[in-house]
Amino acid sequence: MAVVINEVSSRTYSRLGQGGALFGMGLFEAIEAVGNTYVLTADMGKPAGMGRFKTRCPEYFINVGIAEQNLIGMAAGFASEGHPVVASAQAVFISMRSFEQVRQYLGYMKLPIVTVGVSAGFGLTFFGNTHYAIEDMALMRTIPGLTILSPSDAGQAAKAIVAALKAKSPVYIRCTGGLNAPAIYKSDYEFEIGKAIEIKPGTQVAIFATGTVTANALEAARTLEEKGISTAVIDFHTIKPLDTACIDRYAGHKLLVSVEEHNVIGGLGGAIAEYVAGLVAHPRLLRLGVKDRFFTPGDYPYLIQQCRLDAASIAEDILTALPSS
Amino acid sequence: MSIVDIMAVLYSGVLNVNKENLRSPERDRFILSKGHGAVALYAVLEQQGFLTREETNTFESNGTSYYAHAHRDLSKGIEFSGCSLSLGLSFGVGVALSCKRGGLNNRVVVLVGDGECDEGLVWESAMAAGNFSLSNLTVIVDCNGMQSDGKKSEIMNHLSEADKFRAFGFEVAEIDGHQHVAIESALRLCHESRPVAIIANTVKGKGVSFMEGNPGWHHGILTQTLFDTAISELKGGV
Repeated sequence: MAVVINEVSSRTYSRLGQGGALFGMGLFEAIEAVGNTYVLTADMGKPAGMGRFKTRCPEYFINVGIAEQNLIGMAAGFASEGHPVVASAQAVFISMRSFEQVRQYLGYMKLPIVTVGVSAGFGLTFFGNTHYAIEDMALMRTIPGLTILSPSDAGQAAKAIVAALKAKSPVYIRCTGGLNAPAIYKSDYEFEIGKAIEIKPGTQVAIFATGTVTANALEAARTLEEKGISTAVIDFHTIKPLDTACIDRYAGHKLLVSVEEHNVIGGLGGAIAEYVAGLVAHPRLLRLGVKDRFFTPGDYPYLIQQCRLDAASIAEDILTALPSS
Repeated sequence: MSIVDIMAVLYSGVLNVNKENLRSPERDRFILSKGHGAVALYAVLEQQGFLTREETNTFESNGTSYYAHAHRDLSKGIEFSGCSLSLGLSFGVGVALSCKRGGLNNRVVVLVGDGECDEGLVWESAMAAGNFSLSNLTVIVDCNGMQSDGKKSEIMNHLSEADKFRAFGFEVAEIDGHQHVAIESALRLCHESRPVAIIANTVKGKGVSFMEGNPGWHHGILTQTLFDTAISELKGGV
């Protein structure tokens, strides 16, 4: 059951959300390619959408309880014994509570574990700040050799798990957005780790977006077009390794913009800033995202609006930042 | 709802906290580590007059301070921002040791969940509580036997919580966490040199037939009809 994107399947994936599409659909294609795969969860099997896998492959499904450090340690054991293994928990806990385990096993020992952080960004709405993952990419980026994927829609999350398991290397996939988040892609395309995808061309502004908020960036770009500002949108589904060649292609634009459901420190915007700082000349970079703060909780649209990641705010902030010439 | 009876007893004269001593170092500290029990906490805090009905009515509306997990606000009697599971006992051990070293004659009560006890930090904290002879600390374990994915016994079976706490040097009482007399006498337990652990066997969704023992109600929203049924069952059950 290959992950093929079309009008119909994109709606199906969207209904499942990123976790559901990844574990309920993509995982099975991955298993056809890499063989039986152990899937470990820290008591997040149901919310992550692992029901189908648990039913079909009960002997490969392991719930370690609410114990994220042990989750990664045990996954490392399976990887060390040569098995493909996926370990999943909420993004906030997999990146912070088990950070040292991720650094030790996926970084230092280079074990090919695929970690999946579900409910990244503001996915857990009224659970509050303890459950928001707005620094996971920053943390994970500091681990040598770790690939970081941040799918822009649910169909892409399904493609990401296939690519991640086939890569047989350490990977972190961050899943954002809830059920029924917009589908970016309605027809099939090639997903290649480390190769950003231009989803809309444009000659003046380049928006580098990642995760579910890519849809908002796309809508903002359309608003800017209506105002006569030619705006490209690029889906940065891979945060590490960063597609620097792609950034180079937009070096002649007036303004570069990063859009992410994450702290502006250390995530996609941080990664791009680090790269362009080493160039002799580059356009201004506007980093949109969480401005290094916590939030009073609310529903998803409320939180997105609070950090000005809704389409209207993105367009507004870009207009303000654009050089007038 | 598994913790409602425990909360009711705690705030009916067991804990020395009231509107007058909310800022006093002498007050007892209640730390809700399983922050997802926040609704029960808000209810007792409202009854105690720490929170108003207007405040609790903002529950889970945009921008509210009152949501699924209680958030520290000492002026309202909320000591801890809970529910990053396992953090609360560690914090409570620090508070208890600090109070003890400061010569305060108060007590620290930490409520954790049995699912939460999957986390390693709970046991590091228990070890420290025993080591530092925290006679001013009481840990209540809400053993409702459920966690996010289903029955605790089928996910991560702890066998005996009581044995574990005993091994870390706690005085242990195992009770029916819905029997008020038993809860109160367990909360009165103290030992000159040991912390106390109360293993409270409870029922998730206690008092509402369609919620009892149903993990689907770990975090659910009632329709008006189900709400009316639940309230009438709860009133009938008193």
